[in-house]
Order: sequence, then C-alpha cells, then structure tokens
Amino acid sequence: MKLPKFHLSFYLGGAIVLCLLVIAIFAPIIAPYNPFEDFRGLENLSPSFENHNGHVFLLGTDQLGRDLLSRLIFGTRYCLFMGCLSVLFAACIGIPLGLYAGYIKSADRIISKATDILMSFPAILIAIIVVSILGPGLYNAIIAVGLTSIPAFIRLTRGQVLAESRKEYVMAAQSIGVRTNRILFQHIFRNIVSPLLVLTSLSLGAAILESASLSFLNLGVSPPAPEWGSMIRSGMETFLSTNPWVSTFSGFCIFLNVLGFNLLGDALRDKWDPMLRGK
Amino acid sequence: MLQRLFESLLTLFLALIAVFFLIHLVPGDPAQVMLGEKASPEAIAAIRTELGLNDPLPKQLIHFVGRVFQGDLGKSIRSGHPVLEEIRARLPATIELAVVALIFSIVFGVLLGMFAARKPGGIVDLCLGMVSVLGLSLPIFFLGLLLILVFGLHLQWFPLSGRVDYSVDYVPTTGFLLFDAIIDGNWDLFVSGIRHLILPAITLATIPMSLIARLTRASLMECLKADYIRTARAKGQSEWILFFKDALRNALLPVVTMAGFQFGLLLGGAILTENVYAWPGMGRWIVFSVEGRDYPAVQGAVLVFAAGIIIVMTLTDLLYRWIDPRMRIKT
Repeated sequence: MKLPKFHLSFYLGGAIVLCLLVIAIFAPIIAPYNPFEDFRGLENLSPSFENHNGHVFLLGTDQLGRDLLSRLIFGTRYCLFMGCLSVLFAACIGIPLGLYAGYIKSADRIISKATDILMSFPAILIAIIVVSILGPGLYNAIIAVGLTSIPAFIRLTRGQVLAESRKEYVMAAQSIGVRTNRILFQHIFRNIVSPLLVLTSLSLGAAILESASLSFLNLGVSPPAPEWGSMIRSGMETFLSTNPWVSTFSGFCIFLNVLGFNLLGDALRDKWDPMLRGK
Repeated sequence: MLQRLFESLLTLFLALIAVFFLIHLVPGDPAQVMLGEKASPEAIAAIRTELGLNDPLPKQLIHFVGRVFQGDLGKSIRSGHPVLEEIRARLPATIELAVVALIFSIVFGVLLGMFAARKPGGIVDLCLGMVSVLGLSLPIFFLGLLLILVFGLHLQWFPLSGRVDYSVDYVPTTGFLLFDAIIDGNWDLFVSGIRHLILPAITLATIPMSLIARLTRASLMECLKADYIRTARAKGQSEWILFFKDALRNALLPVVTMAGFQFGLLLGGAILTENVYAWPGMGRWIVFSVEGRDYPAVQGAVLVFAAGIIIVMTLTDLLYRWIDPRMRIKT
C-alpha cells in the first residue's frame, strides 16, 4: 500500500497523538495500579525495577505513595478530554460567528472589533478572568480555555468566507434567492472545512497547554485528580529536591502531547493550506 | 495618529466596563461568594454596602468609572489594604521582570535570526528551527522547573525563588529593585537582584526569543533578495555593509512591531513564571486573588494588565509609523 505524501512531521505527530489516544482509551487496562491508591511507607520512590513487597513502581511514587506511571497514564484522559472539549466549544461558537462576520457587513464591524480586542490579550489572562467568574473546576476550565480559542476560529472563518463569497457558486445561490443561513452553512461552510480542520489541530495543542497551565495555577483541575498540570504543581510544592520525578515526568507528558498536536497541525497546514503558513 | 489614539482610549474604556461587569457575572451573590458560605448575614450586608452592590446597575457603573478615574480601585477583601497600594507594591517587580526578559529576547532573538539568515541551512539555522518547534510546545512552567532543577538545585548557581536574598536588606524606594540598588549604591542588593532575576527572565524570554529570531531570519532573507541589495552588490558594496547597514536596518522594522506585540505574551508568561519562582509580582497576586475570590483585587489587577497591554501596543504602533516613513505616507 502506498502511503500519501506527507511531511515527516505528520507521521511523527500522528504517531504521538495515536499513542496518546490508545493510552487514554485503554488506561484502566494499561495502568498497573489504581491512580488514587496510596501505598503507605512507599512514598517518594525513585524510578526503578525494584520489588517493594510484590509491587514494582517503574516511574516511582509521589508524596502520598501513589504509582506515578498509573497517574500519568490516567492523566492522558484528562488532558485529551479538556483539550478536545474546549476546542469543540470554541469551534461551535467561533465558526458561526466567523461565517456571519465574513458575510454580513454590519455584523462584521462588531464581531471583528471584539475579536481584535480579545486577541490582543494573553490567553492565560482571559482564562484566569473567566475562572475568576465561574470558579475553578474541570468544566469551568474547559469553558475558560474554549473562550480563549474562539477569536482564532472567528478570524480564520471570516477570512475564508470573504474569499469564498466572491466566487460564482455563492453569487449563483444569491441570485436565485437562497436564504443567507443556507448559503453560509450549506454552501460556504463545506468549502472551508480543510483550513478549519488545520486550525482545530493547532488549537488542540494550545488548548492542552493552557488547560495544564490553569491546573498548574490551581485554577483548573485540583488534586487528587491525576491531571498533569496539577501534578507538576504538587511535585514542586512538596519534594522537588528529593523527588523531582513527579514534576518532570508530568511536564514531559504535557510537552509530548502538545508537540504531537503541533507537528500534526503544521503538517496538515502545509499539505492542505500553504496560504496559512505564518498566520 | 489621532485615530489610533482614539481607538486605544475607546478600547481602554471598553476594558474598564468589562472589568466592572466581572463582579456582576459571578453566579449568585458576589458578596456571599467572596466571604464564603459560613459568612454571617451582617458581614455580607456590610460588603454589599461597601461595594455599592445594593445600588441600581447604571449607578454602580458610573460610580465605578468615577472612582477609577480618581485612582480609587477599592479595598482588597483579604488584606483590607487599598488595591492601588497593593498594585504599587507589586507592579514594579513584574515590569522589571518583563522588561529584562524583553531586552533578552530582542538581543538574542535578533542575533540568532541574523546568524541563521547569514547561512540558511547551517547549524544555527537548523538549531533555530528545532528550538522554534520545541519551544512552542514546551510549557513555560515546565521550562522554569527544569532550569530550577539544573541551575538552582543541582549546580546551585542561582537562587530558587523570590526577588532578593533574605540576608540583604531592601527598603523599596521606587520598587524597581535594580534601579533602587544603583541609586543607593548598594551593590550587594544589585548582585542579589540580578542573581534572582536571571532564571525567571530566561524562562520568560525563551518563547518570544524564538519568535523574534524566526521573524528576523525571514525578514532579513527577504531583504537580501531585494532589488536595492542586488544593485548595491553590483556596484561593489562590501558584503559586510550590505548585510548590516542596508539589509538589517530594513529587516528590523517588522521586528519592532513584533517585539511590541510580544509584550502581551510576556505578561501572560509572567503570570506563570512568577508562580514558578515565587516572584512577588502582579502575576502571583492575581492568581492568589482569584483563588481567594477577592474581586476588588482581581478587578484592579485585570485593569492594570489591560491598560499595560493597550498602552504598549499603541506606543508600538506609533513608533512603527515614526521609524518607517512609508507608513506615514499611507496614512
């Protein structure tokens, strides 16, 4: 079978994402222990193959004696869940707003100005503001991260609609009196799906990074949930000098996850939409 | 130019209104949320009166805007101190960190970009490509943690946290530690401040540096292909002057804009960096305030961040028009 021609980064990013998906789905089978089970007297163990009363902790244990490997494996679920849901939330709001902004001039002025203002502020600041209103927690963090991703979807969709609306098929639909919503959602939307998919992949990396940042700041998912951002924080707060593994392994997992989605997004962008490069 | 200034003022005013509504978007009674579920009805009523929450919304808005223009941002619920005082105590630390990181990212970013553009495909260029991809995927707090582990805990070259050693006395004059140390001639304080600043500044500067380096490289390579460079080369101009005088000057124009816009990114990064290094600045304070549901403090902090970003972006825009005559002609 001949594989389609893609850049190396596509295969590398795809392999990372696929591995993480498999780990997330089969976490209860793959993880050697329950991520919440604490082994008394076996706290802060370093990574080793050593047998401790019949238990082997490959990546060691945390400050409460919980198996680090199992917590990292279950953490993949939190990471992907938060990333995917927040990007879905952003796409569901950002794409329709972008469609209207690109097609209806009066809507464009308000939506574009609001987008410009939102984009000039750092995403983490906006996320913190949203969490300050809604309060910390898993679903509130998803909303906060999702809201920060909306402007990117609006801007891209708007640009694509502006380009598409000058094409003949749109003018033909307008001339026979097709309703605006039908033109936008059935005609134009179908033709701008590829760049939006690229943006979704790139946004996933950013969303994962941001949700981990919120948890690191104690404003997202809180302990004892095995979320990587909060695991870094708890590792740093307690035994960084004697047991740096909790923080470093969790940080490396976030890095790998974001890298996978970024590489995949970059490769898809180069393949499907070279015009997006640098935007 | 006037239109740009008007737009900035309008954005600032919109930010002010958004900050006002922050407290009103809280689900339930904001006073109850701030004081917790165990708060007595008397305490809740007192807070409601203090914050003016019993008044009609338009009256509250006018009152809030009026107070902000008079420099009154209310009192912190947790400390009881005026919010403006709290900001004054912390803002210099954040500005100092952000400015040092910005200088670091511009200097090293431009240098790296220059070397990469000089030999495309060379070692520096390849390294820059790798750093760009990896840097954008690396959480800033993880980078900070790695630097602490290597340079703080293992090599013990730099302190792990804080802004100054406990053994060194520091009574703030302006709040800018390095500046105060130079004015007072207190070199122990200066050295201690620099040692504490290096790791957070490197952490904060890494991502903007890679972005600036990429932009410098791309811009410089485009300039080197331009007709005026080809003409100058044909007339026998030396490569050295071509690169540094003719190409670099034009190539740095977009870098100026980029550096200005990076300020927002730097402030966002500062929130995380300050929390990694226990840096006593605005970023650490805003997180503490959000955790403690101290809304007057959150409002004050958000307003300062928003004003900082809008002012820097406006100045960058005006600076760009000043250094690039083509922009003036267009407008």
